[in-house]
This record gives sequence, structure tokens and C-alpha cells, in this order.
Amino acid sequence: MRYLTARKRAEGKGAAHTGTEHHWYMTVSAVGLAFLIPAFVYIFGSALGGSYEEVIATFSRPVPAILTAMTLVLGMRHFAKGAQMMIEDYAQGTARKLAIMVVIGLSYVLIAVGLFALAKIAL
Amino acid sequence: MVQFTLPKNSKIKTGKTWPKPEGATNVRKFQIYRWSPDENENPRVDTYFVDMDKCGPMVLDALIKIKNEIDPTLTFRRSCREGICGSCAMNIDGINTLACIYGMDEIKGDVKIYPLPHMPVVKDLIPDLTHFYAQHASIMPWLETKTNRPAKEWKQSIEDRKKLDGLYECVMCASCSTSCPSYWWNGDRYLGPAALLHAYRWIIDSRDEATGERLDNLEDPFKLYRCHTIMNCAKTCPKGLNPAKAIAEIKRMMINRAV
Repeated sequence: MRYLTARKRAEGKGAAHTGTEHHWYMTVSAVGLAFLIPAFVYIFGSALGGSYEEVIATFSRPVPAILTAMTLVLGMRHFAKGAQMMIEDYAQGTARKLAIMVVIGLSYVLIAVGLFALAKIAL
Repeated sequence: MVQFTLPKNSKIKTGKTWPKPEGATNVRKFQIYRWSPDENENPRVDTYFVDMDKCGPMVLDALIKIKNEIDPTLTFRRSCREGICGSCAMNIDGINTLACIYGMDEIKGDVKIYPLPHMPVVKDLIPDLTHFYAQHASIMPWLETKTNRPAKEWKQSIEDRKKLDGLYECVMCASCSTSCPSYWWNGDRYLGPAALLHAYRWIIDSRDEATGERLDNLEDPFKLYRCHTIMNCAKTCPKGLNPAKAIAEIKRMMINRAV
């Protein structure tokens, strides 16, 4: 047991002076995704059920390809930052740090794989 | 840290059932959390029966009647009996509120009374609010000025004074903070709705000259940004205040000075 005053426990190590950028990014990306996801679902839905050549043709066009890439990048970054917040809520210590690293890494891997696949289709 | 089950020594057991008052026709059943640090036993829920024909209308009236006439060992805080001091905050019928202004006619069935959730218990219905008060002190709940004190008074326009309405009324009963899941899981670092409402009250005070420092001290992923707008605070506040809105205003001010 540590003999700390209540005030020292409450003040902790002071303020990290971060968090606003995270909050602002989540707000802006949420608005962006509110437009991007319906557009992506429409494009994906219209390609669904088509032949291999038709699907390739759809995602070879600039607008669907760029829109899909934007949805992927923004969606994965939004996911990573949202998951980071959730992990901070429920985990502590080393588990918290490791889980955040895994989630951020996973989001970048998924972005890289998705963009590679898209480039292979579109180019 | 999140906890999905109670620790072994916090699991609640069934306690003593006190006899019904003799000759009473209008009897109400009360189930009240009991725990004493002196007994080295798990918490229990005792059952009391109160003659409602000889009892006031508020939950605190019944608690005082139980303490005076049935079980003098029942322990709880109370003072003003009119919702001003914030002492008698407890969990009644699943809602954090003030026992003195919560009418028993608002409760259907048995009256279940527990201490404020997720706080260390001192005894029975008394939570340990030491950390909560220290968090309040950390936001500097006083007027901070740099200009020399005026000869007469710090002036404030009627419009600026109106901005404090809905904020200054907070009595620090802790009902809001102890209803917030973010405060349950990270209460050691997250300031909670009550302290943040008070922080905003001083941030927007036109006479205060430490707005920048106050915002600096709050800009932290845990102190401020643990609020996920769950709104339990606004729903439970016995004074009808909206701490979630105050927190949202602080976040808006943070963005406005950064972007």
C-alpha cells in the first residue's frame, strides 16, 4: 500500500495534452464514412451476382476503385482509433499497450492487402 | 479496470428480516444493503417493513423511521432533507438519486436501497467519496484571476451570468459520476461527469482568467475523453442537470482552439 494523498491520486501525472486530435479525427471520419459506406454498398451491390469479367470491369473504373480505396483506408483507420478507445476503456497496463499495437498493426495490414488487391484489379 | 463479477468478499447475501409493525394495515417492504467493516462478513440485504400511515412521503423519511424505530445500526448520510446538500445520494430502485427528494410513490413494489454503485463502501449506505472530492478539487473550483482585484467587485453581464444556469446548481452528490460506466472502469483517471460539469462552470465564467490553463489541464485521453456520451449522468441527475452537455461543450472548446 502506498501512502499517497487523495489529491495526488486524483491529479495523477497531470494531463497528457492529447486526445483532441483523436476526438476530431473520429468525428470527421464518421461523417465521411456516413457518405462513403452507402456509396460503396451501392457499388458492391451492383457488382454482386455478376460474372468475373463484370466484377473486374466495375472495379477497374476510376470512380468505384477510388471510392473503394477511400472507404477501405478511412474505414480501417476509423476502426483502429475506435478499437483503441474501447481497449483503453476495458484493459490496463501492458495488455492495453499490446492490444492497441495489435489493432493498429492489423488495420494497416488490412489497408495494405486491400489496396494491393484493388490495384491488381484496377490496373 | 473493468470487472464483470463481484469479488468473493463483496457478494451480497440475504440478511435479517425484521418483524412487521403490529396492527399496521398499510405496510411497505424495504430491502436495504448492509455492510460493516467491523463484522468481517460479506454484505447482506436486510428486510424491513414500514407502516406507511405513520411515515413521510420520501425515501429518506422511511430510512430515518427505520433507524429511529426499528434498527439504530442502519447507517446513512443525510442533512438538509430538501435536495440542497447532496448527502443522501444512494441507489434507490436502481436509480442513483437523493433519498430526500425521491418520493416512495415513484417506486413500484418493494423499495430496494443500495449505496452508490462502484464506490468503496465505508458502512451500509455510505460510499467513500474521498477520490471524488479530490477530483473536484483538481479542477480548481474557484475564480482564478490575474488582473488586480477591482476596488468594488468583479462585474458580470446578465447574459454571461445566465450561462452559469444549469451548472452552478450541482450539489456534488455523485449520483452522475457513479452512474457512468466510464467512471466505473476508469474512475481513477477519468474525472467523471460531476467534476467536468464543475470544470465547465469555471471555464465559461466570464470573470475567470484561467480558461486556457483549465483547458490545458483537461486535455487528456482519460481525464476528459473517456466520456462516450452514454448520458446516464443526465438521466440520473436528481437536480435535472445535464453534465453530458457540459462535457460536449468542453470538447467543442478543445476543437475550436485546435482547429
